[in-house]
Amino acid sequence: MSIAVEVVNVGRRFGRVQALDDVSLAVEEGEFFGLLGPNGAGKTTLISILAGLTRADAGKARILGHDVVTSYRAARRALGVVPQELVFDPFFTVRETLEIQSGYYGLRDNRAWIDEILHHLDLVSKADANMRSLSGGMKRRVLVGQALVHKPSVIVLDEPTAGVDVVLRQSLWTFIRKLNRDGHTIILTTHYLEEAEALCGRIAMLKAGKVVALDTKQNLLSRFAGLTVRLVVERVPVAWQPRVLRQEAGIFFVGIDRYADLEPLLAALRTEGIAIGELALQETDLEQVFLRIMGGQRGEEGA
Amino acid sequence: MNLSRAGWPTLLYKELLRFWKVSLQTILAPVLTALLYLLIFSHVLEANISVFGGKVTYTAFLIPGLVMMSVLQNSFANTSSSLMQSKMNGNLIFILLPPMSPLELFAAYVGGAMVRGLVVGIGVFAVTLFFAPSLLRMPHPGWALAFALLGSAILGSLGLIAAIWAEKFDQISAFQNFLIMPLTFLSGVFYSIHSLPPFWQTLSHANPFFYMIDGFRYGFFGLSDVPPTTSLAIVAGCAFVLSLVTLAILESGWKLRH
Repeated sequence: MSIAVEVVNVGRRFGRVQALDDVSLAVEEGEFFGLLGPNGAGKTTLISILAGLTRADAGKARILGHDVVTSYRAARRALGVVPQELVFDPFFTVRETLEIQSGYYGLRDNRAWIDEILHHLDLVSKADANMRSLSGGMKRRVLVGQALVHKPSVIVLDEPTAGVDVVLRQSLWTFIRKLNRDGHTIILTTHYLEEAEALCGRIAMLKAGKVVALDTKQNLLSRFAGLTVRLVVERVPVAWQPRVLRQEAGIFFVGIDRYADLEPLLAALRTEGIAIGELALQETDLEQVFLRIMGGQRGEEGA
Repeated sequence: MNLSRAGWPTLLYKELLRFWKVSLQTILAPVLTALLYLLIFSHVLEANISVFGGKVTYTAFLIPGLVMMSVLQNSFANTSSSLMQSKMNGNLIFILLPPMSPLELFAAYVGGAMVRGLVVGIGVFAVTLFFAPSLLRMPHPGWALAFALLGSAILGSLGLIAAIWAEKFDQISAFQNFLIMPLTFLSGVFYSIHSLPPFWQTLSHANPFFYMIDGFRYGFFGLSDVPPTTSLAIVAGCAFVLSLVTLAILESGWKLRH
């Protein structure tokens, strides 16, 4: 397998904010790759650098071996980007939008593929509707269509399902999965961690412009194998406080390694006379991994 | 499917489609404005102003000025409003993502501005011709066309620069109201600069718009305030320099690929 996307020591600063700091990663052809991180972690900046919308201060980025600055034509031809913002040109219909986008890539006679895109994105009935008249979900589908008009090898989706209803989300993922099976490399950023868990093979986590984790989904899950105890209590015993992963309005999430660890936790609560309001056990999912890495309380030594 | 073809013809087509779809505002409105200028100014001034030593009536003199003014203003309006709207709506990304070079972007945007300028110019000429049919017997149409093309390219480039620079629509209006409008109005659209006091005559010679209007008018009358070759050299020089500046800005990615 050859490398679809390569990022080498990329840095980018906006004023006093170091949006990206020495980021390196490589995505192989055919991968379904997840790019996760909280808001402001640098995901969109990284995507913008790949797409040539922003220039890096340091480092190199390549799409299928083509440098995004020095051979931008080849690099951009190989890349399709679904932007995060719900943007559209109000002057045109859906079909015109897709035809014009094809033309920008030098494709004049792209009707067959445009029809196929319209069909897969369930936009056939809206083909001649003005972009202005579409709902948010419909506009999102057109954005996906625009990213695909030139059949790019690498498709980047920046939060594609933000604000999209469940039904559309499902049909969108069916389509993206099909594209991945057909050989397209997919890079996805998302806030919905279950989405990344269901779809991505490998995942990079960004935090404050740095890669804090980069591994296969299985390795990430097993690295943080363990359980989370969801506790509704007044407070957590002092000795257990370092194990608190997260806390929100009287709910504490405490990490334990195995079921047997539950006993000492309950004993400690009893000793200190803390009443348990609720207790639930959760298996590790990507969200737990994410929170541990981002929280940096227990995850950082492993990252 | 042929990937080797360039993207800019489509961008040019999109630019044309954009103003064509709102032609009431982009073509008919400026034609009506020019017509109103003509009705008012020619009515008020016809008897009082003599131009080119009385060889030309004021109305006939005014018409080429209005045509060129419309060409210039609309060329500027086309690039500046198109790019500014794309920036504000965020849909500029659709133009920045494809593999189009700075030269392609320049050619498409400025080409679109030139077409809009010429279409409006022809429209203004067509409706004002009624008031001075003799203008159809232009002695040098080639000169008029050359100045119209160069002038619209200059203003199209200026519009592009203004929209790249501006962060709000306000700033585009400022560019228009404080630079483009004064330079057009003080360029001799409404008068021959020979009717001005010496100080203002000298000042007018520093205004590149004056040469565009004067050279354009030469095409209609074979008469001008300065020799048309001088005007052509100055206007072509301006167009060349401004094109290079615009290309350099696009190449640098300033404010577009920041």
